[in-house]
Amino acid sequence: MNGLSRRLAGYLGATAALLAGWFALSALIDSPALPSPVVALPEFVSQASALLPEAGVSLWRVVAAMAWGTALAVPLGLGLGRSARADAIFAPIVFLTYPVPKVVFLPVFLVLLGLGDAPKIALIGFIVFFQVLVTARDAAKAVPEASVLSVRSLGASRMDIARYVVVPAAMPDIFTALRIGTGTAIAVLFLAESIAGTDGLGWYIVDAWGRIDYPAMFAGIIAMALLGVVLYEALDAVEARVTRWRRLSR
Amino acid sequence: MNALELTGVTLTYEGSGRGVRALDALVMSVEQGEPVSVIGPSGCGKSTMLLVSAGLLTPDEGEVLAAGRRLTGVRRETALILQDYGLLPWKTVWDNAALGLRVRGASRKEAGEVALGALERVGLLEFARAYPGELSGGMRQRLALARAVALDADLLLMDEPLSALDALTREDLQDVLLDLWRRRGHAQVLVTHSIEEAVYLGRRVLVMSPRPGRIAAVVENAEMGEAGFRSSALFHERCVWLRSLLAGEGALHPGASAGDSDVTYAESTASTGGVV
Repeated sequence: MNGLSRRLAGYLGATAALLAGWFALSALIDSPALPSPVVALPEFVSQASALLPEAGVSLWRVVAAMAWGTALAVPLGLGLGRSARADAIFAPIVFLTYPVPKVVFLPVFLVLLGLGDAPKIALIGFIVFFQVLVTARDAAKAVPEASVLSVRSLGASRMDIARYVVVPAAMPDIFTALRIGTGTAIAVLFLAESIAGTDGLGWYIVDAWGRIDYPAMFAGIIAMALLGVVLYEALDAVEARVTRWRRLSR
Repeated sequence: MNALELTGVTLTYEGSGRGVRALDALVMSVEQGEPVSVIGPSGCGKSTMLLVSAGLLTPDEGEVLAAGRRLTGVRRETALILQDYGLLPWKTVWDNAALGLRVRGASRKEAGEVALGALERVGLLEFARAYPGELSGGMRQRLALARAVALDADLLLMDEPLSALDALTREDLQDVLLDLWRRRGHAQVLVTHSIEEAVYLGRRVLVMSPRPGRIAAVVENAEMGEAGFRSSALFHERCVWLRSLLAGEGALHPGASAGDSDVTYAESTASTGGVV
């Protein structure tokens, strides 16, 4: 496909530019903490067998967290957006808690849920939940009233309106929230894994740092960056399928 | 038995501060199979009248009968077409046409088949798999009509359905509407801002007063639908007559505030021409 090859070319160009910048910067700084890509990339390849299981653990944590956060936030947010009564009760709670940085609860989660997957999945899901909740609520509020009215005139029930109007209308906004959410999710994942536990890419990076093995640390950083790119692209692909009508309309 | 009958319908919108009375003891009726046009100044309650007739708004006072039965909600055999067509951009043309049947419990297969027939009737069959966003304004309007046709409605309510179209497409769609009515024989209420459209598509033209809306005058237009009516002297005459009636309602008076319920513009008989 033409679109795909153009996209690939874009990625290749961007990668080359980034590598060149990295190379120049490491030469300029000349510190073992910032190894040149010439060192870090071969290290990344040779560490692949050690990195892969850690990447798998990290990927599972992010995906599971985003899944539960989204699965709860979408129906709740859409419901709040469409019900003035529920919104009047719950919106103040949401607005009070939304600006609170959820990551500060990491110690609480660690104490309550131990050092394994559970506290990480809980914390990241918690953060994604709030981002998607607020977006879904606003998107449901912004659904064109004419669309609702026209479907109601066909005899639609509240469920029909949710299914045919509110959910599809809110989809683009929800995907935007999710794509932005991946960045936050991976940042929090790094923090959570680096503070507690003995697996995952975050742990791998901090562990290499502790051993002053900077090339290995950078191999972990590259893996974490790739994890973000893969997630972002996967969401983009799903979004393109689900909201096909948007691309065709312009 | 009339297709639609409104008796003493009064409706007040509860706005911030004071309520706005949109309809005041409105009385109107539409016979079975009769096409009626409704025209009046902006904000006279025409759209409210349609929403009440569709069962989407409940009047504070008065009664609405559809096919002899008191209306308590949305009625199966009534189709409503709104100004912006009410299409869902995320559904294909085909799914949009089938939506009414799906909502009313038809299976996907059955709804799909009926919808295809309706799309063929309005000349959109080859666009069945496109999305509304890919269609021109006139084609979108055809799609809105196809949805009503698919429902096999005996009462078609339309709120300025052609107002967003350019003049030529508009005439084309007026002919589509006329053709559909001729073939299906449904009762219809067409709310419009265009004098020519009201006369072309209404066997009776109801003139509404400024808010709160009542029927101020009725133009009998029995020759509507006859071949060559649009270019006849009679058509022109009716338009001139309707225009003078509208001027009497303050709809054409320059600087008249349409929302003013105080009708002091009645003396004005000046025919200023143009579309309201």
